[in-house]
Amino acid sequence: MTELALAQGRVGRDRLLRLLQEYGVYAGVAALLLFNFAFTDHFVSAENFRTQAVQVAPVLIVALGMALAIGTEGVDLSVGSVMALSTSLLSLYLGYGPWAAVLVAVAGGTLIGLANGTLVAHLGVQPIVATLALMVACRGLALVLLPQLKDVRDPGMTALGSGDVLGVPYLVLIAVGLALLVAFVVRRTTFGRQLLAIGDSRPAARLAGLPVRRVLIVVYACSGALAAVAGVLATARLTASDPTSLGTLMELSAITAVVVGGTPLSGGRVRIGGTVAGAVLIQLLTTTLVKHDLPPSWTQMAQAVVIVGAVYAARERGKR
Amino acid sequence: MTTETTEADMQPDAVRKVTDEDPGPSRADRFSALAQQHGALVTLLVAMVVASLSFDTFLTGDNLENMALSSAFLAVVALGMTFVIVTGGIDLSVGSLFALGGVVAAWGSQYGSAVALLLPLAVCGLIGLVNGLLIARSGLAPFIVTLAAMLGARGILLAITDEGSRTYLVDKDSFLATLGQGSLLGIGVPVWITVALFVLGAVVLRHTRFGQYVYAVGGNEDAAALMGAPVARTKIAVYAVSGLCAGLAGALNAAWLLSGVTILGTGMELEAIAAVVIGGTLLSGGFGFVSGSLVGVLLLKVIQNVINQIGSLDSAYQQVVSGAFLAVVVVAQTWLGRRRRVL
Repeated sequence: MTELALAQGRVGRDRLLRLLQEYGVYAGVAALLLFNFAFTDHFVSAENFRTQAVQVAPVLIVALGMALAIGTEGVDLSVGSVMALSTSLLSLYLGYGPWAAVLVAVAGGTLIGLANGTLVAHLGVQPIVATLALMVACRGLALVLLPQLKDVRDPGMTALGSGDVLGVPYLVLIAVGLALLVAFVVRRTTFGRQLLAIGDSRPAARLAGLPVRRVLIVVYACSGALAAVAGVLATARLTASDPTSLGTLMELSAITAVVVGGTPLSGGRVRIGGTVAGAVLIQLLTTTLVKHDLPPSWTQMAQAVVIVGAVYAARERGKR
Repeated sequence: MTTETTEADMQPDAVRKVTDEDPGPSRADRFSALAQQHGALVTLLVAMVVASLSFDTFLTGDNLENMALSSAFLAVVALGMTFVIVTGGIDLSVGSLFALGGVVAAWGSQYGSAVALLLPLAVCGLIGLVNGLLIARSGLAPFIVTLAAMLGARGILLAITDEGSRTYLVDKDSFLATLGQGSLLGIGVPVWITVALFVLGAVVLRHTRFGQYVYAVGGNEDAAALMGAPVARTKIAVYAVSGLCAGLAGALNAAWLLSGVTILGTGMELEAIAAVVIGGTLLSGGFGFVSGSLVGVLLLKVIQNVINQIGSLDSAYQQVVSGAFLAVVVVAQTWLGRRRRVL
């Protein structure tokens, strides 16, 4: 009788942990929203929602690429620097028209991603180190190309940064579109299935004859390209290129969004819905603390606690 | 890991090794082992010779002393990082802990030099200990735990300095200031402390039971556990050591600058990891030595110095070169490591 009760208790706890892992992030978002509805002045306004959504868009786009990398049991630390590189390239090539500049910026980010992917897939370097090396190099490159902050005075870019369709900003539309695209790729395409198989077990994927190297390279290239897009959008919103500070600690926010969203660091699963909610959760957390006059240092400490809590809840027992 | 072993097993060398009567390591294998162990030192010597031939200003007492002093703080951080990396882990919180240690030391210096030295050790050691506990006891990934610690420590730092707006100064006449600014036989005290710590670190890693456990845990955790090595305790200890080293380096740096500077330490974790890796320590764990890390730090500083001396080059190039260099070294290591596995 007692043993049965104990066993039931354990099953109950396991189920609770699993539920927390699956839906905790949505519950967190809902709780923060309710809290803000009740206790934060001027929270419920179209203007505020718009601001929040616009601020979360670049983080979300970077987090999508990060989710792919983490799904293969990797990580991409270079994303923040890639954003800086893309803003530098954008400024440099704006003379040839906004489209050409955006194209060059995204191509630059994709190239960095390809370099990451080559190091990881062909040369067998651990993802943390490979992307660390390019993180350092890429920030330097961004500063070499554009040594200081520069205003972006281009009507096309301004329109991209502040324009909207029926009240929904372009930035948000692009972010949502990319999220849907990535979710579709992960769930419905062969590439997505190969990606997950590689994250699950790379030796098994190799034995099964999957093109492991090609998939890894494409994953890191996608991460680079998405980070570059985020860099372009952030530049358009700020109407300035700032290679010194754009994207610093972005890798951290992106990893947090992905992990809080329930994608395990051990690979083999990618949850795009959770990642979106994770990005929103971090944004809401920051807003809540700021709107209640708590200093930025609190935001950092809160984010640290949330990361550890989420990873702790999501850890898989038995698999290290 | 597993895949690499299978690849190595499939190479003809491995087959020959098993069937033949033990021909011993081939010349190429011995070369790759040597390259892995002493490559950084040879590169450092070559870089120094080239630099002193190219610039008259390189081999001057002032320049060398400056380089030694600015290397000292990074070297202490890299020393702790070496222990962590040999266990196969990584510590991304050292940059924040370095800054936190400096500010705490400067704040504590108003209560005397003993407080100024012990407080950062206690605070940073404790954060390192918490890192280790979370990693060893809960099985969380080292990089995510220490990433969170990096945020958390930076948050604490901002909170105790009124969001970075307040600077604490160190009294010029205190013992702490002498420790940072004094010199012995013409060489700065921080350099002596660093050398002493490296000797101590080398002895601990090479000649103590704890050092053996560190290698064992990094080599193969399960085997180490079966052997009876206290895996969890070893892991907790290395993160605590890393925290202590970062805190001490921060305190020494504050003593040198006579103030606790809040913006220091960003990106320092990358420099420390780069130095350790360049020094020949394998990121996959189980193989490494502290002297290599010291050489790695010096090499990074020489590169930095050379780039500064080429006046036309922006300091941003320094990052490009360091990053590219790190990538090259890691690729070389991976390549050499594959050969060595056949041994």
